[in-house]
Amino acid sequence: MKYTLAVLVENRPGVLTHISGLISRRAFNIESIAAGYTEETDTTRITISVEVDNEVELEQVVNQLSKLIDVIKIVNLTYVEAIERELALIKVKASKTNRSDLVNVVEIFRAKIIDVNRETVAIELTGEESKIDAFCEVLLDFGIIEIVRTGKIALSRGPIPAKEM
Amino acid sequence: MNLEMLGAQAVIECLKAEGVEVVFGYPGGHVLTLYDALYKADFPHVLTRHEQGAVHAADGYARATGKTGVCIATSGPGATNLITGIATAYMDSVPLVAITGQVGVAAIGKDAFQEADVRGITTPITKHNYLVKKVQDLPRVMKEAFYIARTGRPGPVVVDISRDVLNAVFDFEYPDTVMIRGYTPLINGDADSVQLAAESLAAAKRPVIFIGGGVNLSDTSAELRKLIEITGLPAFSSLMGLGCLPADCPEHLGMVGMHGTYAANMSTMECDLLLGIGVRFDDRVTSLIKDFAPHAKIVHFDIDPAEVNKNVRAHLRVLGDLRWSLPLLCQHVSLRSPREWRAGIAEWTERIEMWKQKNSAASRQTTVGIKPQTVIEETSRLTQNNSVIVTDVGQHQMWTAQYYQFQRPRSFLTSGGLGTMGYGLPAALGAQLSLPDKTVVLFTGDGSIMMNCQELATVADLGLPIKIIVLNNQVLGMVNQWQRMFYGRRYSHSTTKGHTDLVKLAEAMGVAGLRVTEPEQLVSALEQALHMPGPVLVEIMVPSDEDVLPMVPPGGRLDKMLLGGEN
Repeated sequence: MKYTLAVLVENRPGVLTHISGLISRRAFNIESIAAGYTEETDTTRITISVEVDNEVELEQVVNQLSKLIDVIKIVNLTYVEAIERELALIKVKASKTNRSDLVNVVEIFRAKIIDVNRETVAIELTGEESKIDAFCEVLLDFGIIEIVRTGKIALSRGPIPAKEM
Repeated sequence: MNLEMLGAQAVIECLKAEGVEVVFGYPGGHVLTLYDALYKADFPHVLTRHEQGAVHAADGYARATGKTGVCIATSGPGATNLITGIATAYMDSVPLVAITGQVGVAAIGKDAFQEADVRGITTPITKHNYLVKKVQDLPRVMKEAFYIARTGRPGPVVVDISRDVLNAVFDFEYPDTVMIRGYTPLINGDADSVQLAAESLAAAKRPVIFIGGGVNLSDTSAELRKLIEITGLPAFSSLMGLGCLPADCPEHLGMVGMHGTYAANMSTMECDLLLGIGVRFDDRVTSLIKDFAPHAKIVHFDIDPAEVNKNVRAHLRVLGDLRWSLPLLCQHVSLRSPREWRAGIAEWTERIEMWKQKNSAASRQTTVGIKPQTVIEETSRLTQNNSVIVTDVGQHQMWTAQYYQFQRPRSFLTSGGLGTMGYGLPAALGAQLSLPDKTVVLFTGDGSIMMNCQELATVADLGLPIKIIVLNNQVLGMVNQWQRMFYGRRYSHSTTKGHTDLVKLAEAMGVAGLRVTEPEQLVSALEQALHMPGPVLVEIMVPSDEDVLPMVPPGGRLDKMLLGGEN
């Protein structure tokens, strides 16, 4: 099963080395990892999506990560109401003849065209992983040149921030 | 009070503030300023002959005393030579601070001369590590490094310091306190869980206590002894837990696991409650996890939450420092009288007594020449079981664990988790330096001794009266044994051919040497060595085909041991 963890860490050089070193050393199965600044300048928030067989394995992931000195707090967002998003940028072949079809698809998915030239179109889409997967599937008909996706980021609903959970 | 000084001087001031008595190290280009500061401050420093020797010496010092060991190496190869020692300390939770030099800040990442990414390399084998690029960060980092190394579950911390930092002048002020948001060592846990543990013990029909290195590290052997005095519960130790209970304590069943005693292994298989104290259920203990303690409820005492359910599923966890949980457990169990406790498990202890009979001396094969086990037994007797014993890794290590009658905690220093050959001599050096009045005996093999034999020179320099006992069987014994047992006696590259004269080697380095070839010389040679004032190496020729037994073949069940005379 997949779990989503919000990991609050010190905003210092070397922290990502420690996180990735631990994941590699303990052979954890990480699906995605996304890091960025937060409302506090000295804190970085990393959203980790991890695939484990059971809760005991998940407990190991959380406990081992918690042992890292740089890790301030870990919140499991799997069981709380949370919004999850990924961002994808996709470059697709688009000729005169099929460009309007492409625009239709983009609208259906509420994606956004962010660059156009004679042969290609670049599209931006945010959403849950499954939505992006579905969109990419449809775009296959047009011919995908390249895809770049961020890892998942997640935010709980309601007024309480992860740092206070 | 602020003082203007060099970063290098500040490092020394930090060491002084942390109460460091001695550092082990090896100089080099990027730590020259630091060595100059050591010189000017006349700070105690031991020059080993290899950085690996320095880190193992700091480790031996730490294990023998409970203090934090400190070693210094230069950048690049100096730092990479520490790696094995850092990993050794990490696996056995030894408090250590390793200071390494790093190239200038502007040169980092440019493949500069003697540059290595020490932070990257040491990340998976340290409790924490730092790269210091600004001199203003240095005092805080040093303070945090010592704090992290010695608190909670101890471990090694690397402080990689750029030469620019060592050379920079700044206003030094050592912080009084440490504030690390992500690190609050667990001390007191949930008191209810301790009570539940006591209730489980009382309810059990066939309980056993499994003692781990955590008892040694937390210096709680007195509490452990009290627990056993009250309850009379049978107990066995991991390799790292030896010494916490005296070997002759009637409840002590010796070591458990691959080369564990018959009684310890059988009781693991049949117990209905296993109380693990400061253990991590290593595979050398559990063998096949699914067959480990199959009928037992497992109660796990540990300071590290990540140890619970890592290898073995615990039914009850008691998280916290053993210095908190063990006294509390003693309080709870003392509500029942010692007689009541013993009456409750009388049938069980009788059964264990039977197993104990079977084990005695069953593991000795009939071979000619000096029996290696006898060497350990005789040394144990001649030292009144009261020396600090250090080993390397291999057959001699297991025989030491089996045959030396350990009486005290911190009296057995050995590389358990990583199994580092070459650990012994430098670790013995560190131990002897910290305990000048103790007899320190190193048991090693003809394989292991060669892995850090250069430290004989350091031992001679310092005149440390270490008794180095080499069990020379002219093979890499444990490898040889496995090849004999599981690889059709194809002894692939496991013989040392016997061209090395270890006595001459010792003498060439300034250490006295003795060789023993005949059984009747053994005791007098050991006596002679133990009474010599300085360091001595005793090379004892033993047969090459002696196996360490009992043995649980890898992946086998603990009750399917090979005993002496059965193979």
